[in-house]
Amino acid sequence: MPYFCGIDIGASSAKLVIVDETGRIAAKALRRSGVDYAAVAEKNLVEALASANLRREDIVRTVSTGYGRDNVPWSNGRLTEITCHAHGAWWHFRRPITVIDIGAQDSKLISLDAAGRRVGFKMNRKCAAGTGAFLEEIALRLDLSVSELNGLAEHSTKEVTLGSFCTVFTATEILSKIRAGDKVEDIIKGAFHSVVKRIAEMGAMDGDLVMTGGVAAHNPCLVRLMGESFGKPVHVPPDPQFTGAFGAALLAKENVHTHHV
Amino acid sequence: MLGASRMATDVIPLANARGFSPDICSYLTSDIGAYLKNDTPLKKMGMSGIPKADVLVFNTNQCRDVKDWFQFYAREWNVPCIGIHTPRSLGDLDEPIIEDVARQTEALVPTLEKVAGQKLDMDRLKEITRLSRRCTELWKGVLEAAAAVPAPITFFDGTIQMGPAVVLRGTQSAIEYYEALLAELKQRVAAGVGAVPGERFRVYWEGMPVWGKLRDLSTQFLNLKTCVVASTYCNSWIFDDLDPDDPFRGMARAYCRIFICRSEDAKERYIEQMAAKYKLDGIIYHDCKTCPNNSNNRYQMPERLDAKLGIPHLVIHGDLNDLRLYSEEQAKTNIQAFVEGLEQR
Repeated sequence: MPYFCGIDIGASSAKLVIVDETGRIAAKALRRSGVDYAAVAEKNLVEALASANLRREDIVRTVSTGYGRDNVPWSNGRLTEITCHAHGAWWHFRRPITVIDIGAQDSKLISLDAAGRRVGFKMNRKCAAGTGAFLEEIALRLDLSVSELNGLAEHSTKEVTLGSFCTVFTATEILSKIRAGDKVEDIIKGAFHSVVKRIAEMGAMDGDLVMTGGVAAHNPCLVRLMGESFGKPVHVPPDPQFTGAFGAALLAKENVHTHHV
Repeated sequence: MLGASRMATDVIPLANARGFSPDICSYLTSDIGAYLKNDTPLKKMGMSGIPKADVLVFNTNQCRDVKDWFQFYAREWNVPCIGIHTPRSLGDLDEPIIEDVARQTEALVPTLEKVAGQKLDMDRLKEITRLSRRCTELWKGVLEAAAAVPAPITFFDGTIQMGPAVVLRGTQSAIEYYEALLAELKQRVAAGVGAVPGERFRVYWEGMPVWGKLRDLSTQFLNLKTCVVASTYCNSWIFDDLDPDDPFRGMARAYCRIFICRSEDAKERYIEQMAAKYKLDGIIYHDCKTCPNNSNNRYQMPERLDAKLGIPHLVIHGDLNDLRLYSEEQAKTNIQAFVEGLEQR
């Protein structure tokens, strides 16, 4: 049976997905992107092939995406994460949706019509507010690991507002909240609210809302706050951190025109 | 030149340190920064430095920054700085406005006569206006050649080719340059030679160039087989209204008509015409951090034009000269994603 591979090398982690000809996920792998994108791509491939008992020759075609899309030597085509996340998300929902993807370095808002065609997209501007990097900075300030944020935010009992646009200034603001005696869990929920506000500023939320990316995968509390803010449920596809890689694998299968740039 | 040679980002901080904010025009801050450093790209052309001016003449039709910029030099060199304050956000070009700007232009004459030590020669002014008019007609012809499919010239070529229309307008040599260029473009159109081989999509560049990234951007569009066929920026040196028989009123009309000092309605109508003329598939807006006057995405124009024209837009955040304000990776991904979207249509 032919298989197709998608690899999404993001600013923080590299995700690889192998699908069969029906689009079913046969294997996946994830590790930190590090500094050698070609090497991390290779490690992910070897791991995924082994887990599904496949050989390299079984992979008919590979599409790479993400910041490191140009650094995968064996890729047959390169597409942006906007196209791949959109396609991966739409596969699960197949109706007009707005995809909210929050990655380590950027946030994206992608509107799709009922046929899965892109109607429009927005990326965050130059700064990292509203991205995974923002939450990493907050965790650092609070001497926590990123994985602890969601659990603590779930126990928040008080509204704490962080008002700044800027990640660095927000970190300073947090220091003043600590001095004022605010609890860590309330500050973290305030940071989650701040991410929701940055997303809300980016564009219109048409159709059903779907969240993808690492932040959605690890922070259900933030996903819930997003839904409360927009007044409609926010859906999360299976394995949201892999949505970009999954979309790339599907596009490899569909053999759409891809660029070598 | 400071931007395109990527000197600007090194010298802007010198102007910032002397009280010129990093948020104001980076033409101003890079030029003054280079002056403070006693450096200039003109040295590569055998000049020792920036030539000292006897007088500085501004027109605020583009922005106030040009006046502030020139006043710095007037203070440095103790020379006069005079100019024209053109009304902005103009809708229709009403006669009283033209009359006012023409009178302001005429009012410059006594100071200029004093600086030059001679009277204004009206016949010579008419002759220079005639040459300027001819130059601008040819430049218009060069840019309009890109209406052909495939386009024989891109916006990025235009940013370089516009040099004579900017600094040699009114000279015979500029006319000869554009006659030769236009003849070559006509040959390319006749032979079906495109600037972007295999041109698939045609897009418009609205706003300032990113001067330090011309090659990178033009190469990316080339690889995407997408031609940036036209721009408001290069079109801003087309002055159809110049009139050898009435130089002052002609100049007033010409310099009031430019896109940057017009109302949102007038700008929208202009881009609608461009979309039809150049058969556009999309529009790219450059949100230029230090040039709010020429960042036309900030008051919902892209969304309004999307609805009217039925073609998509992209906003790129950057700057004309200050590369500290430009994220290469973000811009690259946005442009590629935009073209991927055009493929889906």
